[in-house]
Amino acid sequence: MNPQFDKLVGSRRAFFALLLFTFVVMPVMYSAEMITVGQINMIGRYMCFAILALGLDLLWGYVGILSLCQFTFFCLGGYAMGMHLAHHGGPEGIIDGNGWKIPACLFVVYPYDVGESSGDALVPGFWKPFWNLPLTVALGLLIPGLASFVLGYFVFRSRVRGVYFAILTQAIAVASWLVFCRNDVKLCGTNGLVRFDVIAPAESLTTFNPVDAKDKWIESHEGSLDQDLNKDGKLDQLDYSIADVGFSLSSDEVRFGLYLITAACLFGAFLLCRWVVNSRLGRVLLAIRDDESTLCFFGYKPYVYKMFAFSLAGILAGLAGMLYVPQMQIITPSNMEAYRSLLVVVWVAVGGRGTLAGAVLGALVVNLLYNYFTSQHDFYFFSWNPDYWQILLGLMFVLVVLYLPNGLIGLLDKVRGSIGLLLRRNRS
Amino acid sequence: MTQSLEKERPSSGDVGSVSYLEGYREYLPSQVNHEAWSSRFVLFVENLSVSFDGFKAVDIPCYGVGHGELRVIIGPNGAGKTTFCDLVSGKTRPSAGQVFFDGKEITTMDESEIALRGIGRKFQTPTVFDSLTTYENLLLALPGNQGWKDNLFRAESKAESANIEEILEKVSLADQRDKLAKSLSHGQRQWLAISALIIAKPKLLLVDEPAAGLTDSETEKTAELLLELAKEHTLVVIEHDMEFVRRLDSTVTVLNEGKVLAEGSMGEMERNEEVMEAYLGR
Repeated sequence: MNPQFDKLVGSRRAFFALLLFTFVVMPVMYSAEMITVGQINMIGRYMCFAILALGLDLLWGYVGILSLCQFTFFCLGGYAMGMHLAHHGGPEGIIDGNGWKIPACLFVVYPYDVGESSGDALVPGFWKPFWNLPLTVALGLLIPGLASFVLGYFVFRSRVRGVYFAILTQAIAVASWLVFCRNDVKLCGTNGLVRFDVIAPAESLTTFNPVDAKDKWIESHEGSLDQDLNKDGKLDQLDYSIADVGFSLSSDEVRFGLYLITAACLFGAFLLCRWVVNSRLGRVLLAIRDDESTLCFFGYKPYVYKMFAFSLAGILAGLAGMLYVPQMQIITPSNMEAYRSLLVVVWVAVGGRGTLAGAVLGALVVNLLYNYFTSQHDFYFFSWNPDYWQILLGLMFVLVVLYLPNGLIGLLDKVRGSIGLLLRRNRS
Repeated sequence: MTQSLEKERPSSGDVGSVSYLEGYREYLPSQVNHEAWSSRFVLFVENLSVSFDGFKAVDIPCYGVGHGELRVIIGPNGAGKTTFCDLVSGKTRPSAGQVFFDGKEITTMDESEIALRGIGRKFQTPTVFDSLTTYENLLLALPGNQGWKDNLFRAESKAESANIEEILEKVSLADQRDKLAKSLSHGQRQWLAISALIIAKPKLLLVDEPAAGLTDSETEKTAELLLELAKEHTLVVIEHDMEFVRRLDSTVTVLNEGKVLAEGSMGEMERNEEVMEAYLGR
């Protein structure tokens, strides 16, 4: 095949093997009931983390920018999708004065003013665009993209670098966590967005809400219907139309479909990042990591390139968040806590910094280990306490930093190299 | 711009050595004429000074480098040679005064803008990008490709690629083409840094200590390279090595304590008592 493709995927054999595993072996194993839909769902969620890690690896591994607020951008995307799901979630029947259905999770923590009662609750204006799925997807990419772009513009232009940048982004992570925890921002406070039901791709902006639609329908049929409004059950149908349009998140097919979409997005994100780092712009990014000030004397404006990488990582984080929420079926501000973004750094470091494939590997491996070691296990001689996980994680990080400077990917390469050497020796 | 230059200025007081000012008599700041000097000098500074914590590192009433000239700047340690380069290339902002390049004031521009206007710079220690290969280092230096869109969507053209190969051949780095720059020897790094300047085709090259840390044969080769460059570009070379300066055989400016002490041929400088005193100490 053509060399450009080889250059894009790195190792063609490994790429096709993984493609085969993800899209053929896993589905076959699932249909043969060797793995449950729950496990498929778990892999799907960890793949979202892998997309997030790809973005950080692009930033940290290639440009040398250590961003500690990637999970904030992840949550911006996640909240966008969460708002869409909450709009179409149950239960029915809480209608505000403007005819909008108030999402259940918002209703329970609605920040009423003094003297207001539950009848005065209104769906905030900024929730309304998220009724529509395409718009939600667009906003879920645009909002984190724009947030990182604006932040990058001010920070990189004023030449904030290195550890100062890391501290600044960590402060931003903490600040946004505090903001999202408040009830008055009307994003459901610490409870987060819950009570999801369906993804509703068919809902367009013109049928903004069921009550509106019902009223319009009655209006348009006035005269012909006033005898018996509910004669053939048409109104009931309309009432629950929202439950019918869309894919139920609790159905196995939809959960499996979400896994496939996430996997496709992961491969897409990986190829996009590979394409960027293989282009001449990728060379400029490496040059910035090496010696930013010298690059200025070549006529480059490093801040433009840093903004590009930061925005791309922000958009990838938003994408990851949007894919994560329907699979997790909840999004809370706890995902924004500062340690979450630090974890992404650990994933990338464990997998191998500056390799992209390492970021994916690290995110999947660390999270699978997390999944295993945060439950109780009884061995012959001692029982594993879930609390030990923190120690294991710390140990893993320290060991990788000390003995595997190129992470797990470096280890794999080494193993492959020595196997090749052994084979050649045996042959001769 | 012309008006602001022609307006009366306070006399510059201590104007340094008379011998160097002879050559600039007609261009003294109080009488500076924009057209006249931009036709004669590609780079011109006026009342340029910078101080760090009250210490005046550079204080030059007027100084210029002619079109197509090869100029060598020498001076004892701490004379302000590198600081002068920093001021011209935008790395340091002057405390007072102006820098003009190619008829335009560049005093307030940032490094990348100045570089795009056509001032190339080689630093004292060779600055190459360690994680890039020799070829990729030169790729970055190609002129007119500094925008992000260009870099993302367009690969280098055949002509540009051939240009790089040709220069690699010239500085005998062709067999190091795909090696990472961090594996190059000191001399090879120097040449790579100079090659990057050649590729960028700047109007003016500031070369800071090209012979530092090189072997004799490498020094000789570097001198040849610079002399060849001087045929097509304006060059300002800062150097310590007197042998090397003699080899370049061109107009020499002596800096001392941030001021221009004298200007002339190398022979003249060696006979100049003031210069010898500055070098040998009093």
